[in-house]
Amino acid sequence: MGKHTLQVITADLHIHTCLSPCATLDMTPMKIVREARAKHLAMIAITDHNSAENAGAVIKAARDTGVVVIPGIEVTTYEETHLLGLFEGIDGALSMQALVYGRLQPGENDEDLFGLQVISNEMDEVEGISKRLLIGATDLRLHEAVGEIHLRGGLAVAAHIDRERFSVVSQLGFIPHNLALDAVEISRATERGLDPAHVEGGAGLPVITASDAHSVEEIGAHPVRFRLGRPDLGELRLALAGAEGRGILYGTLSV
Amino acid sequence: MKLSEIVQRLNLEVKTGAGRLDENITRGYASDLLSDVIAHGREKDLWITLQTHQNIVAVALMKSLAGIVLVNGRQPEEDTLRKGEAETVPILVSTMPAFEVVGRLFELGISGR
Repeated sequence: MGKHTLQVITADLHIHTCLSPCATLDMTPMKIVREARAKHLAMIAITDHNSAENAGAVIKAARDTGVVVIPGIEVTTYEETHLLGLFEGIDGALSMQALVYGRLQPGENDEDLFGLQVISNEMDEVEGISKRLLIGATDLRLHEAVGEIHLRGGLAVAAHIDRERFSVVSQLGFIPHNLALDAVEISRATERGLDPAHVEGGAGLPVITASDAHSVEEIGAHPVRFRLGRPDLGELRLALAGAEGRGILYGTLSV
Repeated sequence: MKLSEIVQRLNLEVKTGAGRLDENITRGYASDLLSDVIAHGREKDLWITLQTHQNIVAVALMKSLAGIVLVNGRQPEEDTLRKGEAETVPILVSTMPAFEVVGRLFELGISGR
């Protein structure tokens, strides 16, 4: 397919693996990719809590399957907001991970209370268990976290802004002016019945929908469609910006 | 002061953990950021918060807190009720705002330090 030939693809840009303590243990690389294929997702993003240790394995597991895997991370900021970082390649994701690890609150994961944090390879084999408190918060302020994602060439997406907790809106009351987000994400569960057109300070921000899947059946639960060229981060950036004929086939927030 | 007496004095609604109201409360902690409670909560603290999701039970267990007081009449979610009951974590609801709840507790001799 030529660079300028546009296509419509379906994507899910917020998926957890067995590394996230709250995700089911069968959220392994091969199973995630298999489910993505079954649901005709051309692009998925792996976004574990404060870590990207399984992203590389999912990329490998997806080789030759036609599913493009965006390595990412779901950062818990100081204000307890969730911010997705989506990167071009595993290096960017791991660089962000290194920063996050250095700024994550101290403490060890309590496996009985929060769940196991399983590091897996592309054959769905257990490589290790993460002991970090991935459920905790970093001391990265929201603005800072957005900047660090951008520094690494990534896209910064405020996660599930419609949710009662861990969203920029729930924690801060509104989306801060000049936050330089690339998009905001609306979750499956619009608990507050939020109308995208009436979010404070959200004017003009691109809206994507995603599953925030913590179990296999949730993958692709609330996909977003993009018109773009090849499914990669560069094209995704253009689609979010609505540039060069690329775009989101959903809508934008407007006040 | 026993938690059961605090329940009476502050007119709290007992949602879960009725089996642990006999415990003696001497200290409290007020915070709505779970990461903050994980970092600064102390064993046997009475936790004052407006957070109603099930993670509050996990945090209460993790830090061995004496119980949770929800403010502004906020009700615990279904999952929170189930977890709180299963783990016998006292979850109590006050119709008062946090400032008032903390003030009243302070008057009763519950310390923040």
